[in-house]
Amino acid sequence: MKRTIPLFISAVTGFVLIGTAFIPKFVDWGNDAMAWFNILAAFAFILGGGNLLKMQLQKISSQQPGWGYAAVTLIAFFITLVAGLFKIGVYPNVNAAQLSWSGDFLQEGSFFWWLYEYIYNPLSATMFALLAFYISSAAFRAFRAKNSEATVLLVIAVIVLLGRTYAGEWLTGGLSDENILGFQEVKYSDFSLPHLSQIIMDVFTTPGMRAITIGIALGVASTSLKVLLGVDRSYLGSDQEA
Amino acid sequence: MKQSTLIWTILMVAGGAYILYQASQGHGRVFVREVPVEAKSSVKGSEQTYEWTKYQVVPAKDKNQKDVRFNLSRTIGLWVAAFCTLAIFSFLYGDNPVYKFTESVFVGVSAGYAMVVAFWSEIIPNLFGKLFPSKAKEIFFLDIEEKSMEPDLWYLVPLVMSVLLLLRLSPKGSWLARWPLAFFIGATAGIRLISYLEADFVGQIQNTIMPFIVFGADGSWQIVESLKNTIIILGVVSCMVYFFFSIEHEGFVKYVSRLGVWFLMVTFGASFAYTVMGRIALLSGRLEFLFQDWLGIGS
Repeated sequence: MKRTIPLFISAVTGFVLIGTAFIPKFVDWGNDAMAWFNILAAFAFILGGGNLLKMQLQKISSQQPGWGYAAVTLIAFFITLVAGLFKIGVYPNVNAAQLSWSGDFLQEGSFFWWLYEYIYNPLSATMFALLAFYISSAAFRAFRAKNSEATVLLVIAVIVLLGRTYAGEWLTGGLSDENILGFQEVKYSDFSLPHLSQIIMDVFTTPGMRAITIGIALGVASTSLKVLLGVDRSYLGSDQEA
Repeated sequence: MKQSTLIWTILMVAGGAYILYQASQGHGRVFVREVPVEAKSSVKGSEQTYEWTKYQVVPAKDKNQKDVRFNLSRTIGLWVAAFCTLAIFSFLYGDNPVYKFTESVFVGVSAGYAMVVAFWSEIIPNLFGKLFPSKAKEIFFLDIEEKSMEPDLWYLVPLVMSVLLLLRLSPKGSWLARWPLAFFIGATAGIRLISYLEADFVGQIQNTIMPFIVFGADGSWQIVESLKNTIIILGVVSCMVYFFFSIEHEGFVKYVSRLGVWFLMVTFGASFAYTVMGRIALLSGRLEFLFQDWLGIGS
């Protein structure tokens, strides 16, 4: 019972959505299922928030090492939540000025906008920017021309990096537009780094990306079928969990 | 004191002194222009007018203009953003309490942000708005048409499933959360199966079916275009052969799959370069914020 009903639900939902692609009459069903899916996804964020709350409270109550940081997380979480849910500092929509709740929750100047603009945005951008240092350091250690394949990877990465920045133009921008050995379709400027980088992206990268994309599509299709037919039940967890 | 600690301390004191100097010169302040807003009630027969002021950020050079004034909350925000940026960068020196503090703030704010966005952009318009359309129109002014003011009771299904999903947090009823989870998984599988097969599988094969030899409008042989097409077709086939693990990669197949590996290496090299460039662009964005927006250097 605990496993049969979920298997039935997932199979029916999945096959109905597949059916909407082939039977136009089912399109409305598919749209409704998608709307329900989006609502559930929104509630999944609430579940995530609840889980965060639970974990941090457990950390604080058992006074685990670093519990002070858990308290900071909770305070930041609640301040953001209150600011956003109660639309603190939000003015009403000009088209419905009598409704105090009609303004956009992310309206410029509101407290929630302030948290987004001055805390969330700088922190997330800097977190990703920090990776620039680590990715460069990792590349320095990993990119050794040990064999022919590694050499190809290294050379291509360097050409694309240089070709897509000012350095490429600065280094090879002076190549002339004259034909090489009278060969009409090939010029010296075709070997400039920006042009080489463009050719690599258009011609040599496309086959690899296409093959990977085809592989991913086949993988997704087979995994989806396994889930819908009940062959893969890992998403249900173990029986002990119930 | 260790030598490295001494160097870092000197650098930080020098940096702090420079920041204070820049601040004393008037940098790191936000000025805004006041824009009065006047709106009338949209209720028929009501003449009530509502007034408030919006603020528009202006460059510091315009601070002496009429209606322009110093804005404290945005100035504090600028300094908070600068502190957050420097605190995250401090991780380059090593894991430290300042970094851990900002990391915790980031986790909390991110979770809160995601919940608020989900609530206002999905739950209120698409769940509350469908179940209680007249109430939603009365409170939130959703763009609900008069003809669709009847509640759509089918939306009780996602409401019930959502409540069941939240039971995941309860120790006893957590098994009930499998039902909405199953719906979620089934819907994802159904949508992905079709969309991936259509756009990625069939679409990519379709794009690869192209002529080996290309002729121009005047009937001339386009050597470069023909070469491009040939490389792409051979590349896709050789990469696919490499990914085909059901046969032994020996003899002719071995050479073809080796060619595929070379194409894949080119792809990975280019992808790596793009990733690095993306990160560097983000880094330069943060440095631009620190130097120009905050310290006013080079602005």
